[in-house]
Amino acid sequence: MKILICITHVPDTTSKIQFTDNNTKLDKNGVQFIIGPYDDYALARAVELKEQLNATLTVLNVGEAETEPTLRKALAIGADDAIRVNAFPKDSQFVAEQIAAIAKQNNYDLIMMGRESIDFNGGMVHGMVGELLGIPSISPVMKLEIEGDKVKMAREIEGGKEYLEAKLPLVAGCQEPIAEWKIPNMRGIMSARTKPLTVVEPASQNVATEVINFQLPPAKGTVKLVDKDNVAELVRLLKNEAKVL
Amino acid sequence: MSILVYIEQAEGSIKKTSLEAVSFARALADKTNGGEVVAVALGTVSEAELSHVGAAGASKVFHVEDSKLDAGVIQAHAEAVAQVYQKVGSKTLVMAKSSLGDAVAARLAIKLDAALVSNVVELPETDNGYTVKRSIYTGKAFAQTSVTKEHKILAIRKNAVDLKTDGAKASVEKVSLQIPDTNFATKITSTDKATGEILLPEADIVVSGGRGMKGPENWGMIEDLAKELGAATGCSKPVSDIGWRPHHEHVGQTGVKVAPTLYIAVGISGAIQHLAGVNSSKFIVVINKDPEAPFFKAADYGIVGDAFEVLPKLTEAVKAIK
Repeated sequence: MKILICITHVPDTTSKIQFTDNNTKLDKNGVQFIIGPYDDYALARAVELKEQLNATLTVLNVGEAETEPTLRKALAIGADDAIRVNAFPKDSQFVAEQIAAIAKQNNYDLIMMGRESIDFNGGMVHGMVGELLGIPSISPVMKLEIEGDKVKMAREIEGGKEYLEAKLPLVAGCQEPIAEWKIPNMRGIMSARTKPLTVVEPASQNVATEVINFQLPPAKGTVKLVDKDNVAELVRLLKNEAKVL
Repeated sequence: MSILVYIEQAEGSIKKTSLEAVSFARALADKTNGGEVVAVALGTVSEAELSHVGAAGASKVFHVEDSKLDAGVIQAHAEAVAQVYQKVGSKTLVMAKSSLGDAVAARLAIKLDAALVSNVVELPETDNGYTVKRSIYTGKAFAQTSVTKEHKILAIRKNAVDLKTDGAKASVEKVSLQIPDTNFATKITSTDKATGEILLPEADIVVSGGRGMKGPENWGMIEDLAKELGAATGCSKPVSDIGWRPHHEHVGQTGVKVAPTLYIAVGISGAIQHLAGVNSSKFIVVINKDPEAPFFKAADYGIVGDAFEVLPKLTEAVKAIK
């Protein structure tokens, strides 16, 4: 059993987002980068599957050299080897084509990743990889069990979930509560240093979109406070001023 | 040139977010070439329901009335929409962002060799090239994105455009498609869905509770207010993590992102991860006993006070204006 886990290298969820270079680049000053939280769930579930099924785990990132500490962290959590596709992740199609190219060479049984990256929130890469490989893609997956070549999953839908069955190979875009995040232990951190991390060049250069510039939302005005003993005033404001009731 | 809209249904009713997508497409057609807006609906839906799509701005609905498509099998839906898209000879596909829509759109982008832009918040600029404004960093920023491909898929966020309700009735054309069995390889065995509730991602008003509600037994107060407002209920991440409320109600960076007209947060301090999920709301009301709660900085209106005192009064005050 071979599992590929694709991870993103993204600003920590508490980061204040700002831009530089005439609003064309993220200002990385003071920003801490992490494994995408959704990808971290996929990785945590993959580590559980590894113990259960004796699987090998390969972790993949499309990114420049700065993302290697993030890949090393995934190795410390339990992946066996890592691949970095040496390119700036230009857009979803570009990233999906890199993943599909690696997957075609290695015949993974299962490809896991987060439901979306928390920088661009597209939530497209898993579906694109599935279509490029001609295999099912399921997202957002909140439960995943493997029995033989059968995969039993729960997928979140508006207002609840649906239960699905499919056969390997497939692509799963994951989210909580598929597994608990894993924190690397000292042995994991030590062994991660010597686990193989292969750097490959991109297989294609196709893109479908290009960011021209970034914008921040307009600043909020000051909050209008209403006295707690005059709640009816709030309802009046919502009705007459905001006109939302 | 027609714009095609993929409309989703739930138990035979067209989703409101899909109707918004139709209105978005209508406004886009008016802005560009004045062409037709046509829609595609999959599975069992009544003809009367389909003709309502006209009010939102479509002139025609292609109906693939195959009961195998009632369930949202991702590959099968993508294949069906691709076939209709090619039949129509369209160059633009519009859809609402949703659990199924996102999954289907990604496969369609490859099938149709189209550029997919998700989280679209307003009509594209088409005067000089084709640029689309989309929400990124979970609502903390926007990206003006240029699209160079001939074929385009726009997955739009709620409230990107006003819902149109004055269009004429749409005509309905039944279409039968050959969808290869391989597209049905994934089987949906059952669904577990709250019935009769207003769904969080589609709601115009959302009432959310946080740890300040002290326990799941106090959620009746949140539900009473939500019921009076016709609102959906949500919660903060800690509340869903400790199991007071189900995961599909968790609003925030790693949960549901909402964009309602009115978001009411009760007993939620306003961690940056929660704000990321709600900052697209038009108006935010915060009720918290701590005047220093960071959420007040992101709010339009606020009450500093104890939730257990304020909530029942608020519910009564809403009742009084009806």
